Amino acid sequence: MKDPWIPYSRGWHADPVRGAPALLTESLVVTYPGASCPALRGVSVRVSCGTCAALVGPNGSGKSTFLKAVAGLLPVASGAIRVHGNPVGACHHRVAYLPQRGEIDWGFPISVERLVLTGRYVHLGWLAWPGRRDRQIATAVLERLGLDSLAGQQIGKLSGGQQQRALLARALAQEADLLLLDEPSNGVDARTQETIYDAMRSLRNQGKTLVVATHDLTLLDGAFGAVVRLRDGEVETDSSRNGVAGKERAWTG
Amino acid sequence: MDWLIEPFRHVFMQHALLAAVLVGVTCAVLGVHVVQRRMAFIGDALAHTTLPGLVIAHLFGWSLSLGGFGAALATGLLIGWASRRHAVKEDAAIGVVFTGMFALGVLLMSRTRSYRDLTHMLFGNVLGVTTEDLWFIGGVAAVVLLCLAIFHKELELTACDPTHAEVIGLRSDRMRFLLLGLLALAVVTGIQTVGVILTNALLITPAATAALLSDRMPWRMLLGALLATACSVAGLTLSYVAETSSGAAIVLCCTAAFMAAYAARSASHRLRPTASIPVTKDKPNKVAMAEEVSRCN
Repeated sequence: MKDPWIPYSRGWHADPVRGAPALLTESLVVTYPGASCPALRGVSVRVSCGTCAALVGPNGSGKSTFLKAVAGLLPVASGAIRVHGNPVGACHHRVAYLPQRGEIDWGFPISVERLVLTGRYVHLGWLAWPGRRDRQIATAVLERLGLDSLAGQQIGKLSGGQQQRALLARALAQEADLLLLDEPSNGVDARTQETIYDAMRSLRNQGKTLVVATHDLTLLDGAFGAVVRLRDGEVETDSSRNGVAGKERAWTG
Repeated sequence: MDWLIEPFRHVFMQHALLAAVLVGVTCAVLGVHVVQRRMAFIGDALAHTTLPGLVIAHLFGWSLSLGGFGAALATGLLIGWASRRHAVKEDAAIGVVFTGMFALGVLLMSRTRSYRDLTHMLFGNVLGVTTEDLWFIGGVAAVVLLCLAIFHKELELTACDPTHAEVIGLRSDRMRFLLLGLLALAVVTGIQTVGVILTNALLITPAATAALLSDRMPWRMLLGALLATACSVAGLTLSYVAETSSGAAIVLCCTAAFMAAYAARSASHRLRPTASIPVTKDKPNKVAMAEEVSRCN
């Protein structure tokens, strides 16, 4: 992969630390700006490379907050986040984040293909335009998710499921190593659900690391390598199946 | 055709046309971003807040453009900064700052003797554009259009999906500051042609018209630029023939174009309600969803 000429943020070039887990958080405390009490209260999670980790818990337990913090969208009050051994922001290109659908301006005059191309921007940086390779990647991803016939459409004209697939397409186009998926199959039609599961399986087979906030543990045929349960901003229980080990609040029961 | 060519035999009309087209195109292209980001109110505020800067520059014999730009830039930064802190609601902050600045401008104006000169600031004086002004306007046009071209993908992304921008390390507020800076520049040149009060029309009307006609950014920019050019020519000709205010004539031509586009759009929707359902390439929502449902069953 070519490095960008002028990256969006400094420290972009940090290489993965050898032997470091894909994601490691230590006593992570996150407070939303303006909120009085923290949304995450000392979450320690370790997800090793190539693991599919499920993040489960009731609404408001901090699943989305956790993913947002790892994606660098929320300030860390205390504790630490390490992605491949580096702090958040040192390797933006290795982390892709699939937000919930409501966080984007769907009325914006941009085509589906261009939206997917924005997934390549992190590799381009300032003053560079998407090249042929970027377009090829976007086209391939759109085809894979069954959106190729809609590539020229304005994004607001898609159905909910198609919009979700478009966002997933963008995350895939980024070719990241760690993917943070926030409720990827929530409220979508059956076809989209199947497409998303297929994509997740193939990511797993490629050895990518996935952290998936979900209500549905039967996803991926129940083949999550690890399950992290959150409740009220704390790790409730952790599975000792390969990959995850909670430190602070180890499962005792 | 003579009535169309005749006015532009005069040098002052040639200058006016060049100025109006340069300003119009710059504002229209920038306006596409402004309209899309719902920043129309800020554009208006920036235009109005230049007034005290203009008057002070006039009093001290400085360059009017620089005075106006300084005031607009200060306001832009202030608004950007205030909206970042969320201490005051953004539109309220803008309302307070811009009316205050405008009132200060009017107050200063009423204290100066050459009150008449300053009405040019309120309503513009495109017929009085000097060669020097033209260089300034051309320079601003070049800077603004170049910046919009260079940073197009970042401006587009931070407006469409600021979350993704943030995730890849691109700070949305920086792009917003850039846009505010460009806006301040464009507004100062707009004041030359149509004046403080009507500058926002050059920013908003052609861009809003283009938004009715296309759902792609580049097309909107091109359409907006073409519209602005046509309206400049039409407005200036009209004002020459009918001996009316040139700035107002240009703005009214833009308004007429907007109304025509709106009417055309409504008519085409009413006449062909199924117009947007083509064969396969772009399936609208309901068809695609119906297909998905049938596939699921």
